[in-house]
Amino acid sequence: MSGAGEAKGETLLAVDGVSLAFGGVKAITNVSFDIRKGEIRAIIGPNGAGKTSMLNVVNGFYHPQQGQITYKGQTRSRMRPYRAASQGIARTFQNVALFRGMTTLDNIMVGRTLRMRRGLFWQMLRYGPAMQEEIAHRRVVEDIIDFLQIEAIRKTAVGKLPYGLQKRVELGRALAMEPELLLLDEPMAGMNMEEKEDMCRYILDLNRHFGTTIALIEHDIGVVMDLSDRVVVLEYGHKIADGTPEEVKADPKVIDAYLGVGH
Amino acid sequence: MFYRETGQFKQSYAADSAVFPILQDRYGLAVIMAIAFVAIPLFGSEFLLASVMIPFLILSLGAIGLNILVGYTGLLSLGTAGFMGVGAYAAYKLSTLFPQVNILVWILCSGFFAAGIGVVFGLPSLRIKGFYLAVATLAAQFFLQWCFVRVAWLYNYNPSGAIEVPGRTLFGIAITGPMATPVNRYYVVLGVVVVMTLIASNIVHGRIGRTWMAVRDMDIAAQLMGIRLLPAKLLAFAVSSFYCGVAGALMVFLWLGAAEPSAFDIKLSFLLLFMVIIGGLGSLVGSFMGAALIHILPIFIRALPESLGLPVAAATVEHLTYLIVGALIIFFLIVEPHGLARLWQITKQKLRVWPFPY
Amino acid sequence: MLYNIFIDPFVQMAQMPDLLVQTLWEGLVSGVLYALIALGFVLIFKASGVFNFAQGIMVVFSALTLVGFYAKFSSWGFSGHVAAFLALLLAAGVMLVLAMLVERVVLRPLVNQPDIILFMATFGITYVLIGFGEIVFGGDPKQMIANELFLPSGAVDIEMLGGLVSLQRIDIAAAVIASLMIVGLALFFQKTRIGRALRAVADSHKAALSVGISLNQIWVIVWFAAGLVALVTGIMWGARSDVSFALEIVALKALPVLVLGGFTSVPGAIVGGLIIGIGEKLGEFYWGPLLGGGIESWLAYVIALLFLLYRPQGLFGDKIIERI
Repeated sequence: MSGAGEAKGETLLAVDGVSLAFGGVKAITNVSFDIRKGEIRAIIGPNGAGKTSMLNVVNGFYHPQQGQITYKGQTRSRMRPYRAASQGIARTFQNVALFRGMTTLDNIMVGRTLRMRRGLFWQMLRYGPAMQEEIAHRRVVEDIIDFLQIEAIRKTAVGKLPYGLQKRVELGRALAMEPELLLLDEPMAGMNMEEKEDMCRYILDLNRHFGTTIALIEHDIGVVMDLSDRVVVLEYGHKIADGTPEEVKADPKVIDAYLGVGH
Repeated sequence: MFYRETGQFKQSYAADSAVFPILQDRYGLAVIMAIAFVAIPLFGSEFLLASVMIPFLILSLGAIGLNILVGYTGLLSLGTAGFMGVGAYAAYKLSTLFPQVNILVWILCSGFFAAGIGVVFGLPSLRIKGFYLAVATLAAQFFLQWCFVRVAWLYNYNPSGAIEVPGRTLFGIAITGPMATPVNRYYVVLGVVVVMTLIASNIVHGRIGRTWMAVRDMDIAAQLMGIRLLPAKLLAFAVSSFYCGVAGALMVFLWLGAAEPSAFDIKLSFLLLFMVIIGGLGSLVGSFMGAALIHILPIFIRALPESLGLPVAAATVEHLTYLIVGALIIFFLIVEPHGLARLWQITKQKLRVWPFPY
Repeated sequence: MLYNIFIDPFVQMAQMPDLLVQTLWEGLVSGVLYALIALGFVLIFKASGVFNFAQGIMVVFSALTLVGFYAKFSSWGFSGHVAAFLALLLAAGVMLVLAMLVERVVLRPLVNQPDIILFMATFGITYVLIGFGEIVFGGDPKQMIANELFLPSGAVDIEMLGGLVSLQRIDIAAAVIASLMIVGLALFFQKTRIGRALRAVADSHKAALSVGISLNQIWVIVWFAAGLVALVTGIMWGARSDVSFALEIVALKALPVLVLGGFTSVPGAIVGGLIIGIGEKLGEFYWGPLLGGGIESWLAYVIALLFLLYRPQGLFGDKIIERI
């Protein structure tokens, strides 16, 4: 279904020899892979494989002890959250990190913060340049709300929303950053079939129509096979496979580790 | 039924983003303004103005300041009284050094001094969080209070250690000092508080308010959205301390008329914290409600035995006040931990659907 | 100027070592008392996650109750050692009743609320106890019945290092009793079944409930234990200076102790207490005069602040690793 491993473009993100440890626990050991512009890259592996930690390293939240990250041609040994955000990396979280005290609309508006420039003085006055800026960004946010079909819950406090909707709002918040690279951490966890189909549709739309590069941690193998262009498989912090979905599915190491021994 | 908002459709984003989008709310606000600006000065006694309204407004301003820090940004601070003191002493020094400049200017400028000190004591907030930050702000509180006693220059070497407010005028009318009438003082305080509340409302309903709330709710996610934590937190300290500083200056110049360093002790910090918690964290309206309850209740309790004709010693009434305030704090926390503001919202919700239950 | 700050105090210390030892001893004693107050905090925080702001007032209240009972007995003509210990027993009983009341009225209704709400509730308890205590006992300072409780008085004078170091007997007793209590509590937490249950509750209320630990019982036990600690602290502190509500503010000093020692560590409370106590006394005595004196009011907090900048989780606290 996806492009069978054809190069979709130049490399957008490359991690090279990254190792990350917490005290004695080695979360990631010497992992290298790349993500090409415009592709959907899946990162899969059993629990504890280091997938979320990998995303955290890309975001600059965890700093690896070894290795380098190359993003848009610039190589660094550690990323900083602000730099990652301002250069177009957005993400969603495994445990829905929404701002619980705020409404859906406000949560997504926070995603626009980087692009809002009006300082304290204009904010104190509110009416005038600050309001114009607010309206302009509200328009963008409303487009996202349309896209995700969450108009009805605009003014609801996100803490009151069911889990599936929360995940959708979180996606909206990430989209508000107009990201070039979107990192999704188990976006379909805990969803039923219908919700998963919706989410897949959104992801495909983002990739096809807006050209967003997407890195996706996911446990549902069917989704991974259908959606992704290439797949990276991690196990206990090591990379054990890297290739197209078909290649990975047939790889005996992956079958042993992930899909069950003895096939 | 009383509060129905059906039929009130918004046709522009601007209208939808309004602070009081519901018409009934706007009427309510107009009524409150009318009462505040017209009815109370016209019909209120001097006692009402001087001992109830002026302190209530000033404490509300301080509560708004603290709410910005604790309620909106999630930074627990016990140094509020210290920052209020900075504002008070700054205004005093500025006014005695440059008496020809209008006192209102100096009161507003004193906020900047308080903001500066607030930023300095807010620097640890990048590394320190939660209760630990509260202990750090206690350092600010005790250190500042020590300064108010030790640094004699602050109170112009007055041997009693206290500051006495000189008489100052606005447009020729005395507003501070012994010549100022409660009505005049009331209008000045009311004006300042209304304007500053408006500004606070504008700030918290916009980008900056959202940034603060994001930092409060999940600072990790906020960082990954590109929000820089330290500038956001320092801005919260700055704005919060500005409001507290102005409140402190108003307290000394337009309420007490004089001040000793003990006026800005830890008890005042706790008092403001209670107001914010009981009124509702993250709510400007709540700040007013909390201030009203905490300030007016003791007055009410003190007045009650007299009006009922019971002979109760003044000291006992004080102690009873502590007892009742403490019990009320516990009661409110059990009944509605989100404060009076939430209770008010629930009431409005009930009014929407009355006489139906839901 | 620099000489005054960095060299002179040490010169003074070296020139009069007996004074240094005296100051160190004073610091140790106040440190032990801070540690005792902090211990009460730690007990409650460990077991219920509640930061009990009322610990300070519990110290005062328990001491007042003790003195009050004894005064009552005396007015009936019943005084002396037996009366004192009976009063002690009754005071402990009052703290048990208080623990039960607090559990029933405050903790149970607020069981799943966020920490700050519970923290504020303890403010409420503080104010209730202040108001109630003032009405029942009156606000004037009372004298602790130290003699009747077999607590020693007078001083031990040691000639050393060219001068005289005077150690108050009551202070020595305080240090000994505090140490015994700390060891006892540490053993209690580690070795007994109830201690284990307390630790479980501190980790997770829901998990503890699901294995059948009765939260309510645990809370009563732990608040009672904190009450007993408060009572002992009140006795010790009251024996050195009178019992009055001014003690409340001193109790705030326990906060820097907790910051240093961590909120959940019994040894941490001791180490923190000693650091703060000694640091404060040394600072006030040798550096205080440079700044005009009275720096004891804020020095402890600044010490804590500086430590926090270096280690945001305190000396003994668990390093906060945030997982998202």
